[in-house]
Amino acid sequence: MRLVAAMSGGVDSAVAAARAVDAGHDVVGVHLALSSNPQKYRSGARGCCTIEDSHDARRAADVIGIPFYIWDMANEFHDQVVENFLSEYKSGRTPNPCLRCNEKIKFAAVLDRAKALGFDGVVTGHYAITKDNGTYKTLHRAKDYAKDQSYVLAVLNEEQLQGAHFPLGDTEKIDTRKEAKARGLFVANKPDSHDICFVPHGDNAGWLRDKLGSNVGPIVDQTGEKLGEHRGAYTYTVGQRRGLGLTVPTKSGEPRYVLKIEPKTNTVVVGEHEQLAVKNIVGTPAIFCGPKIDVNKNYKGFAQVRAHGDALPCEYLFDGTSIKVNLDEPLFGLATGQGLVIYDQDRVVGSATITETN
Amino acid sequence: MVPAAIAALTQSATHLGNASSLHSAGRKARKDLEQAREELAKIADCAPSEIIFTASGTEANNLAIKGFYWRGKKTGKNVIITSSFEHHAVIDPIHWLQEHEGAVVIEIPVSENGFINEAKYQEALTKYAGKIALISIMHSNNEIGTIQPIQRLAQIAGEIPFHTDSVQSFLKTKFSFKDLAVTSATISAHKVGGPLGVAALILKRGVDLEPILHGGGQERDLRSGTFNAPGIIAFAAAAKFYQENFAKRTTRVRQLKQLLITKVLEQIPDAHLNGDKSNSDDLSLPGIANITFPGTESDGMLLLLDAEGIACSTGSACSAGVQQPSHVLMAIGLSESAARSSLRFSLSDTNTESEIEKLAAVISNVVARSRATLVKAN
Repeated sequence: MRLVAAMSGGVDSAVAAARAVDAGHDVVGVHLALSSNPQKYRSGARGCCTIEDSHDARRAADVIGIPFYIWDMANEFHDQVVENFLSEYKSGRTPNPCLRCNEKIKFAAVLDRAKALGFDGVVTGHYAITKDNGTYKTLHRAKDYAKDQSYVLAVLNEEQLQGAHFPLGDTEKIDTRKEAKARGLFVANKPDSHDICFVPHGDNAGWLRDKLGSNVGPIVDQTGEKLGEHRGAYTYTVGQRRGLGLTVPTKSGEPRYVLKIEPKTNTVVVGEHEQLAVKNIVGTPAIFCGPKIDVNKNYKGFAQVRAHGDALPCEYLFDGTSIKVNLDEPLFGLATGQGLVIYDQDRVVGSATITETN
Repeated sequence: MVPAAIAALTQSATHLGNASSLHSAGRKARKDLEQAREELAKIADCAPSEIIFTASGTEANNLAIKGFYWRGKKTGKNVIITSSFEHHAVIDPIHWLQEHEGAVVIEIPVSENGFINEAKYQEALTKYAGKIALISIMHSNNEIGTIQPIQRLAQIAGEIPFHTDSVQSFLKTKFSFKDLAVTSATISAHKVGGPLGVAALILKRGVDLEPILHGGGQERDLRSGTFNAPGIIAFAAAAKFYQENFAKRTTRVRQLKQLLITKVLEQIPDAHLNGDKSNSDDLSLPGIANITFPGTESDGMLLLLDAEGIACSTGSACSAGVQQPSHVLMAIGLSESAARSSLRFSLSDTNTESEIEKLAAVISNVVARSRATLVKAN
């Protein structure tokens, strides 16, 4: 096959590209420039967008011996990921930009461009497994559970999954590093990126305030009594305990948690831990990674609501538009906007964006 | 590198001796170096003492531009006149002076065929009379190959320091430092089959500028740094080789370019050539053909052509490697999307007709694929 290897400049995508070459594919390395002015992100970004990362990716491609190009996806990234991230926060939800990037950029804009240029698919260094039964492809958790990235890939529809190749799915991260070293890739010991790539220094609240403005508003309890002030409701997340700056103690002496963000009134509602309990989750629109499930039929499975979060036993149902989940045990602190991913053991059934919780 | 330059480089590199030292090994190195300077001076038609060796064309341009500017500023001259489509080795030091040293920068526009607007140039000289620290206009454009009327422009400038970046021109087209009547000119070894890391600023005798590197003052006290004797000797050897074959080589390259243009336009009728259309000796470099393929995207085409074994270039990339629309093509009036759908083909006398036939055979498919990519993206 002719494959485009998306190379971030990190160790995983470098080893993934090298393995695709070893497997006999005709591979071209591509680094995605996701900022329209990379120089500006020089000290800020982590994991992508920096000059150093694009040089690291180029060097890795040279060592592997494949052609290397930089694709400018800055406009697409800004429109589809950054703007979405801001508007979600502005609406009081908590988005996961990595999901959007996989859905709209890596396995959409990049895959489309690769196909138009005559390639068959895209290789990335994600830790996830795909299986092909001849009729359709399915997505599964990686062998290394600690590194498993199937959650952020669960937004891929069947067609996108067809064009996606993850050569690291059966590998432990530590072995990827060893392999990189053995292959002479100097990124072997490069630290992993954890933060959101376009948010400098991991300061999400500061970045949001910078972009959306510092809009002071009340922090109230469930009775509406004002307990303090915040500098922008959107910088809070449901379930958050730290950083509330409240001086009035609760009667019981228990700490307070964010229960709700009300963007229209710029209000943060706080309360006690047990009030965070969620048993029912609704997510929409539903995306299925492989075969669609029957409508209005109850299934048993697992729900995951954040990257590297626990797999929560549940019953779920697809009503034709949304996925509805009934958790076996309550979950504490769940924000709308987060990704809901349904698993059948290790297989990803599908995903949706959380729109309601109770 | 041409074989003569490789031989000169390796032979010289085996000799010990710093050309600035007084011992016999040093004297030998100095002798060879000065001989190279004389040979190069003969080829560039300047005096040997007018050649200041540098480590790159970029350094030579920086030396001229900053050196003249700082000298001019001492007497209250802070205007820099330049063209709108210079190489980054000229634009960037000028912009740096604008941002950090109070320079007022006047960019003279260029025509859609890629030649400087002489009326606007004359106007600027009149408007800023007495305030101009220097003029810097390239001899020929590196992306579209158009040759500027430097001699005429320099004559009009009179006493104002006039610098020309002639890296692309030296030994590709007629070049005589004396006839050009400029104050300074940049030439570089790697463009004429010499080694990387050697270049020179040819600076008119008796003219001073402020040095940008301070140290041993090896080159007329205007440029410091240990002489790169092997590199300089190889530069002269390469220039000599190029000079000897000048007419034959440039004629051959120009024919190849014409063939390329004809063949490509035959295949892609709505493509068009940027810059001078006459392919004449006086107006364009022999080996550069810049072509716009409407509705395509140049970096996708570059990928597809590279896969076919055909190397070409797009505009320039920023430091992170992201392709930028060419400022040169924008300066001659192309829209951003037209600039992003243009490719530059550079030819030398080692290219062959069959390579051009190969390009002609694949270009339709490459253009079609690239057009499909854009349609899909939109």
